[in-house]
Amino acid sequence: MARAASTRRKAATTLIAWTVGLLIFFPIFWTVLTSFKPEAQAIAMPPRLWNFDWTLENYTAVQERSNYFRHFWNSVIISVGSTLIGLIIAIPAAWSMAFVPGRGTRNILMWMLSTKMLPAVGVLVPIYLLARDTGLLDSRILLVGVLTMINLPIIVWMLYTYFREIPGEILEAARMDGATLRSEILYVLTPMAVPGIASTLLLNVILAWNEAFWTLNLTAARSAPLTAFIASYSSPEGLFYAKLSAASTMAIAPILILGWFSQKQLVRGLTFGAVK
Amino acid sequence: MNRTMRALLGATALCAAGGIASAQENVTLTIATVNNGDMIRMQGLTQDFTAQHPNITLEWVTLEENVLRQRVTTDIATQGGQYDILTIGNYEVPIWAAQNWLVPLNDMPESFEPDDLLEPVADALSVDGTLYASPFYAESAMVMYRTDLAEAASVTIPDSPTWTDIRTAAEAMTDQANGVYGICLRGKAGWGENMAFLTAMANSYGARWFDMEWNPQFDSPEWTEAATDYVDMMTQFGPPGASNNGFNENLSLFQQGQCGIWIDATVAASFVTNPTDSTVADSVGFAQFPNKEGVDNHGNWLWTWSLAIPASSQNQDAAKEFIAWATSRGYSELVAQEQGWAAAPPGTRRSLYDSAEYQEAAPFAAMTLTAIESANTSQSSVQETPYSGGQFVAIPEFQGIGTAVGQQFSAALAGQGDVQQALNNAQQLTQREISRAGYPK
Repeated sequence: MARAASTRRKAATTLIAWTVGLLIFFPIFWTVLTSFKPEAQAIAMPPRLWNFDWTLENYTAVQERSNYFRHFWNSVIISVGSTLIGLIIAIPAAWSMAFVPGRGTRNILMWMLSTKMLPAVGVLVPIYLLARDTGLLDSRILLVGVLTMINLPIIVWMLYTYFREIPGEILEAARMDGATLRSEILYVLTPMAVPGIASTLLLNVILAWNEAFWTLNLTAARSAPLTAFIASYSSPEGLFYAKLSAASTMAIAPILILGWFSQKQLVRGLTFGAVK
Repeated sequence: MNRTMRALLGATALCAAGGIASAQENVTLTIATVNNGDMIRMQGLTQDFTAQHPNITLEWVTLEENVLRQRVTTDIATQGGQYDILTIGNYEVPIWAAQNWLVPLNDMPESFEPDDLLEPVADALSVDGTLYASPFYAESAMVMYRTDLAEAASVTIPDSPTWTDIRTAAEAMTDQANGVYGICLRGKAGWGENMAFLTAMANSYGARWFDMEWNPQFDSPEWTEAATDYVDMMTQFGPPGASNNGFNENLSLFQQGQCGIWIDATVAASFVTNPTDSTVADSVGFAQFPNKEGVDNHGNWLWTWSLAIPASSQNQDAAKEFIAWATSRGYSELVAQEQGWAAAPPGTRRSLYDSAEYQEAAPFAAMTLTAIESANTSQSSVQETPYSGGQFVAIPEFQGIGTAVGQQFSAALAGQGDVQQALNNAQQLTQREISRAGYPK
């Protein structure tokens, strides 16, 4: 009786999980499918699931018109660069907050998080003027800097949460053995927090890869990443849906592949310390 | 030759070399543009320009219209200098020219031929008689309808129909059982989406956005009648989910044979008559934008995507060379030679409409010209207005106000509240925003 109830519960849970998974995946599936449709059939009503003329012409058109690899490299440099610099700043910051908390630590953490609530457009003009005056408009250095600052609160918070799960006694033991602060962070803390650091790195690379407001507003021709590549195929006056889908598929493919191969680390890192 | 003489000769040679180098100085022009068929075609033909100007390199920044607008507005307002050429519409040109953000185009190369530009289009891009942007293509609005369906339903749409004619024809053509809807109009909320259409429709009913003291006029009988007829026609004879339909959705419906009548931008005519994309290409008729009986107004819709030079550009001379090439009569001829006359950018030059080849290749040419020539953007309503602009009000605040009002009418079309409620809300929010902006006297 109890086994039957347990099986029923498992079946229900599996069904719900699959339903949620499919719902989340559906927009990506539909984008990929649309990228293989001729433009005239891309937004046909009723929508066509299989009965359309499969074609690769959209991918050919996108390749002919745009320099995909230039946008791709800009995305790689901006997302990986901003995440690595963010980690270099955030690891010592999170260490101090987790292991040497002061009276204001909690307030600082909350304040850092609150900066995420500021609408980005509110600081667009000041940042644009700073970039103009320093000659950094349309440069990858600017975007690396801006995205580092934007994602820093999330990186600090994630690392702080992971570091809190590591017993302070281990670090104390290292200090007793004569470890300097640098050695303590580099050789004791960091190796123990590798799953957490890896998932923070992956998540922030994904966030920086997908960031569209700053990457669209601070770039022109030279440093535009894949977000600008996608935006160049959207049009309110003219049918470009199939080409837009092809461009979107090409833009999300690298990050989907990265996510697929690192899903174990992602899940491990995200659930690190969730259940004691 | 003594040392002084040699030094003088050397200096002269250096100066001459410097002069040549300066004449041939390499320039990179960064061009911000929108993604549409004509612009993409131009990007594909720029080899012709770079062959004539080997020292000029072109860098393109192509973005979706609203993203582009936000992007170039930030750059030009802060004098960022990121772009040498901007693709902007006749909504931005008078506002930005008044701020001295644009370079006047009064000393263009000879090939530019400003006198060949269609007058309403040139006027819409000029301030105090000075041209600040050169039109790449222009559009008004007109009726596109299925001649086969009209014939089968025994209705006739005259060249200059009234809204009663349109309603009668839409009713007769509707065959919902077979997925044919009598009329397709924009319903998606946005100042450039449903409000472009509704503002033109209201103009043709004799309505206006503001009186001369900047008081909103949504409580006027003209607006009530226009909005009621719009929602009523669309509810009875329009496609399902019309409140989500913009230009592209209606284009797709019409091309698939699901619309009897579509009233929208004239640029759509080349899409619906292109047999590669449209299943109804050989049975499309055209008529002027309708008017209400007794009101001498056909909407006054006029939009032009045009090329302008921001004052912050460091390469203004090279930019003028490019604009002269891209918007000249010669460019139309180049397109015709490479891709046929029907692909020439419409609506900007008299010479294009004088061309017998173009008239033959583009069955919509005459009606497009009629629509553009009848558009009066300095006086868009039969009543006096304190603003200019045809299907929009040319004030900086209109983007926000127009979209908010558009949401009210889109909601009414979706059945969330009635027309009167939408008009009341539109009146209140417009009153509030225009007062905040300090317009009422």
